[in-house]
Amino acid sequence: MTDTLLRARNLVKEFTVSGGGLLGRSGRFRAVDDVSLDVRRGETLALVGESGSGKSTTARLIARLIDTTSGTIEFDGREVHALTGKALHAFRSEVQMVFQDPYSSLNPKHTVERIVTAPLVYQRRPIPGGARAFAGALMERVGLDPDHAGRFPAQFSGGQAQRIGIARALAVSPKLIIADEAVSALDVSVQAQVINLLRRLQEEEGFSYLFIAHDLAVVRQIATRVAVMNGGRIVETGDRDTVFDAPQDPYTRRLLAAVPRIRPEWDAARRRNEQARREREEAEL
Amino acid sequence: MIRFVANRVLGMLVVLFLVCLFTFVIFFVLSPDPAVQICGKNCTPEAIDRIRANLGVDRPFWTQFGTFLAGLFAGRTYGTGANAIECAAPCLGYSFQSSQAVTDMIVQRLPVSATVAVGAAVLWLLAGVAGGLLSAVREGKFADRFIAGLTLTGMSIPNYVLALSLQFVLVVTLGWLPFPQAVPFSEDPLQWFQNFLMPWIVLAIGMAAVYTRLTRANVIETLQENYVRTARAKGLSPGLVWRRHALRPALTPIVTIFGMDFAGLLGGALITETVFGLNGIGKMAADSITKNDQPVIMGVTLLAAFLVVVGNMVVDLLYTAIDPRVRVGSTA
Amino acid sequence: MTDTLLRVRGLTVSFPSANGPGEVVKTLDFDLARGGALGIVGESGSGKSMTSLAIMGLLPKGAERTGSIEFDGAELTALPERAMRSYRGDRIAMIFQDPLSSLNPYYTVGTQIAEAYRSHRSGVTRRQARAVAIEAMERVHIADAARRVDHYPHQFSGGMRQRVMIAMTLSMEPELIIADEPTTALDVTVQAQILDLLAEIRADTGAGLILITHDLAVVSEVADHIVVMRDGDLVEQGTAERIFTDPQAPYTRMLLDAVPRIDDEIGLLRTLTEEAR
Repeated sequence: MTDTLLRARNLVKEFTVSGGGLLGRSGRFRAVDDVSLDVRRGETLALVGESGSGKSTTARLIARLIDTTSGTIEFDGREVHALTGKALHAFRSEVQMVFQDPYSSLNPKHTVERIVTAPLVYQRRPIPGGARAFAGALMERVGLDPDHAGRFPAQFSGGQAQRIGIARALAVSPKLIIADEAVSALDVSVQAQVINLLRRLQEEEGFSYLFIAHDLAVVRQIATRVAVMNGGRIVETGDRDTVFDAPQDPYTRRLLAAVPRIRPEWDAARRRNEQARREREEAEL
Repeated sequence: MIRFVANRVLGMLVVLFLVCLFTFVIFFVLSPDPAVQICGKNCTPEAIDRIRANLGVDRPFWTQFGTFLAGLFAGRTYGTGANAIECAAPCLGYSFQSSQAVTDMIVQRLPVSATVAVGAAVLWLLAGVAGGLLSAVREGKFADRFIAGLTLTGMSIPNYVLALSLQFVLVVTLGWLPFPQAVPFSEDPLQWFQNFLMPWIVLAIGMAAVYTRLTRANVIETLQENYVRTARAKGLSPGLVWRRHALRPALTPIVTIFGMDFAGLLGGALITETVFGLNGIGKMAADSITKNDQPVIMGVTLLAAFLVVVGNMVVDLLYTAIDPRVRVGSTA
Repeated sequence: MTDTLLRVRGLTVSFPSANGPGEVVKTLDFDLARGGALGIVGESGSGKSMTSLAIMGLLPKGAERTGSIEFDGAELTALPERAMRSYRGDRIAMIFQDPLSSLNPYYTVGTQIAEAYRSHRSGVTRRQARAVAIEAMERVHIADAARRVDHYPHQFSGGMRQRVMIAMTLSMEPELIIADEPTTALDVTVQAQILDLLAEIRADTGAGLILITHDLAVVSEVADHIVVMRDGDLVEQGTAERIFTDPQAPYTRMLLDAVPRIDDEIGLLRTLTEEAR
């Protein structure tokens, strides 16, 4: 068993852009241009970039939601785009996706119980311990009340709905979870909770994340390694702290410089004040 | 832009060709042998063969279809020798019933149908857009609900019921209108107008109801648009916000539907023309169907298809003139 | 001339419903100094956007507004709609979140930029309006403005569209610009450019700014005074430095803990970890 779970090499994805009508000249647009990346077991590889950088298309290629124009993707030693039948089935449960908008990626007419057990049902696998107990256990793991298994997605807040999405991904014990802007739509306080949840689950289960995001501050909190995309290409890959603290590529530098920051000296002062407050409160007790 | 127009015209030609092909298959291949029908009761197999040869229906399908297409564009000749009849382009064949050229029949009746269509269209467009605007302005108020009731009624009454009751009330009971009879415009404009008034109203009512709903929905939706909020934030007067920012986007889709509806109606209003005894394309189609006069049915079908396709193209071109997103591509 | 440009007291926005009025903004008080930059921060449902619409007098149908909004000494809540219109777009301008849907697709950007100018000034010729539009576009650094003025919104990129929106507010030299999540829909590099542009314009014109945002990092860079809102309530307010260095309300402290920092992986939010379970 190697250290690398996913190995993508020279991925290319071209889309045909129709000129419209019978005489329209159709062009080709290269959304992903010679992308190579590795995801190791148990790590989080963050794929960051701005809109149109090709990061989401890359994720879709890896999940085999769309076909590659060229290039290879090896998952757990097997070529993903050559998989058929049982092997493809297995791949589909080993790689799970969590999307940006929890509401539109959950069927509004199904209960949570049905949603989180659906991956098993589709795969015609038995549900260990029965649907109710299984769903309850999953919900507990993602911080939801198991008694709410009979509710519908609309009855949950955005953060809770995203937890349902995560529970669904966990149902089939995946080896890789592709999170496509999974915390981008959430309010900051909820976002922090979901990031914490994602990290805790990874510690417990040891699976890998391919974390697609545009928010670099979020990436700093969750990534093991970072790959920066621009114009369909990966311009820089490296360990998180190396990329953030000593970026090599000019685009990465520009991107990092553009991120708005709370002044570090304000944060330092706040921590001092916080400490003083706590000491005051303890003294009062 | 030129590329766009060329594209549309080419697309239109392809569609028309396919329409011709399908119509031809339905009427000349899948239908009963027309020769038998023409020949009548006292018929010999030889006579049938002769007629079939004359009509050209004894030849292979593609040859027939080719001749038919050629007839459309260049005219064709029926029969041979002394019996030969020259049918000028666009040739749609001859009626089995009256032996008249179908093209001539259409040309004779088109003005009647066009008059019906134009008058009705003006009525329903005016009433529909006005009703829709009023409804949208007074959303939820009495006027809106009253108009909603009217449109529901207008949409639910079948044309023939409306036509007959209108005729009964206006002509028979009240005597406000004279009994319809064919009078050319040049002879007696008033009588001509009175003749067409009822068909116009009958056709317009159902359509006006649809257009009222459409206009209302479009206007209300447009008023929710962010750019309307922007216009208000700029301090524009409500009138300006309406005229500039709400009406144009709201009414643009109506152009599309109107073009299609109008083109469809030009091809004849079957029921209305029949009820009011107007000698238009619609009545001709109704008559030809009851008598199974295949060349006429086919001619009318092709005409209707042609009008709809052309109408569609005109709408597309119009749309490019109205909507800059279609007219100018993105350069960003 | 007072030092206070905008003075809001007891501002309440409610939507009357069957179960009594639902208040989305509750007795809000704040001041904006002339030329100052006020940040209103809150998560979704905090009532921050309703506050901005209430100031503009552009609340959705059915909303009720009470309290006092004093702009440059004039009580806006007492103004009839017609008089309020002379403030909108002229002295108070607004920039919205989604520049594409906030621009009318049927008109050129030039027409839309000059629209406010034409409606607030009488006897403006077409040529003058166009010149105003071109000048405004040049001020927001849209290259080749003389040609771009005749382009339609869909021909611009997201960042350029937001520049057009800003140009739109500039033609009238407003004293107050209200920007509701002006960079939320934009990429981070474009966001930085737009924030720079807003700063530049404020320096040039001395206009006051109200920045409505959910992004604490953005507001920390832009605002000198901050109002924190939650569920329609004013949680706390103060100078930016005070809010960020010594937040008093537990909610503000929680928010500041929750913001992911790019410079450091601070054990994401110890305080939150328990709450998350």
